Amino acid sequence: MDFWMLITVFMLACFIGYFVVWGVTPALHSPLMSVSNAISGVIIVGALITAASPETNVSKILGLIAVFLASINIFGGFAVSQRMLSMFRKKDKK
Amino acid sequence: MLSDLLPASYALSSAMFILAIRGLASPHTARSGNLIGILGMILAVLATVWSPLVSEYLCSFAAIAAGGIIGVYIAFKVKMTSLPQMIAAFNGLGGLAAVFIALAEILAGSTAYLDVSAGVVIGALAFSGSMIAFAKLQGLVPSAALAFRFQQQLNLLLALAVAGLCIAFLLSPQTNIFLWLGSLAILLGFLLVLPIGGADMPIVISILNACSGWAAVGIGFSLNNVLLIITGSIVGASGAILSYIMIKAMNRSLAGVLFSNFGSRKTAAAAAGENKTARAGSPQDAAYIMENANKIIIVPGYGMAVAQAQHVLREMARDLRTLYDVEVKFAIHPVAGRMPGHMNVLLAEAGVPYEDVFALEDINREFASADVAYVIGANDITNPLAKNDASSPIFGMPVLDVEKAKTVFFVKRSLGSGYAGVENPLFFAENTIMLYGDAKQVTEEIVSALEKK
Repeated sequence: MDFWMLITVFMLACFIGYFVVWGVTPALHSPLMSVSNAISGVIIVGALITAASPETNVSKILGLIAVFLASINIFGGFAVSQRMLSMFRKKDKK
Repeated sequence: MLSDLLPASYALSSAMFILAIRGLASPHTARSGNLIGILGMILAVLATVWSPLVSEYLCSFAAIAAGGIIGVYIAFKVKMTSLPQMIAAFNGLGGLAAVFIALAEILAGSTAYLDVSAGVVIGALAFSGSMIAFAKLQGLVPSAALAFRFQQQLNLLLALAVAGLCIAFLLSPQTNIFLWLGSLAILLGFLLVLPIGGADMPIVISILNACSGWAAVGIGFSLNNVLLIITGSIVGASGAILSYIMIKAMNRSLAGVLFSNFGSRKTAAAAAGENKTARAGSPQDAAYIMENANKIIIVPGYGMAVAQAQHVLREMARDLRTLYDVEVKFAIHPVAGRMPGHMNVLLAEAGVPYEDVFALEDINREFASADVAYVIGANDITNPLAKNDASSPIFGMPVLDVEKAKTVFFVKRSLGSGYAGVENPLFFAENTIMLYGDAKQVTEEIVSALEKK
């Protein structure tokens, strides 16, 4: 894609990020960190592409390590977020 | 048609990630938001694997399975008090992944030199910085500010060297220059975080969180991948905004956190309090006053988490509410805890309903109508000097107005000053009663006194 097109996407994404993140309630700032941590694991997409070559070479191995690391990030981040969020309960009338 | 499948999936995934963050606007929507995020990630991975870009993926699936098992295991094993170090470690892994991808791209002959350099430098900083932050939070390295002479000069030199290598690599793209670039950036990350003290960790973790996002943006540019750019920007924005909130709430500046050691900023103010007397009380007195109150606001700080007092604190709140019909609320300062929102998670884990927990700006007005403020394991965040003493190092920091309550209890081991090294005049105020002792023990005694009658 054209470089300036990518810059445009980048800028707009920053604006969206800015407004969406300010909308997050301060009580959920810890889950915000873990969710954003998990979704930053989306670099796994880049890792998958570098790890995709059919012959085994250094690039492929580096890519596979990156896939592994990003997976820890993704699974761990989403799982801990889910665990945290399930703790935020409403008042139960006992 | 088939070639549209990948960009279409990426567009959908981006939208789903935005919705995942958007869900965190309220605890009602947060869990479904998280699920949308998970679906978005599955979509992104499957679409990539099935696209013509990827011809061999069995090894990748093995790597995903291995990483997934480890990640889920850690996520379910970790204690909520250790959450900050886990987030720090995960940030570091994300950074390291970016470094490996960048390196793999260079070795595979990529020509997007600027983007790859940005990815490797930011990723390396996120990696090594997070490792130090993790070690400090975990207690593997002393959490105090570690400083040596010429440290700042050395860091400046290293930063210049990294910038220089970046330019050198752009002018003559050789792999060994690139390796030097990555190594020096890793060293710089270590040295930048090493001198930062434990209480500044909320800021450091937020900054590193932002770095892992910006690293993804760099990789995204080098791969012409819109999904990485969008997601990375949102993560970067999130980390940047959290850093900003933390820096404001601690009355610090970014340069101050990175380049000066707060621990060494002790002032003469701490010596002034010798001939003033603080009134001490017993947990039983406190229980008596609290059961006759109409409204109590509890102010927890990191000391509460260290003492593991959150569960007994919840019991105290519940007893007061059910046995004595007292209105009980919790007030959270933005920097209470070791990462943004940490205290909210700890209270939620102890079973405090989130409707009873309020942020500083939402509850500060209510102290005037409260009978009791119960400050447990907190100090600086209640210090009125921040409002009325322009010479104080904490002047300008937002604080909780606990002194406006009719009675203020401080649960503390001693009259010692807090992390900022500033004495709290509230200890000597007429309406303050000090409850000396361990936060958990004192609260336990109050609970047993409340339950006796």
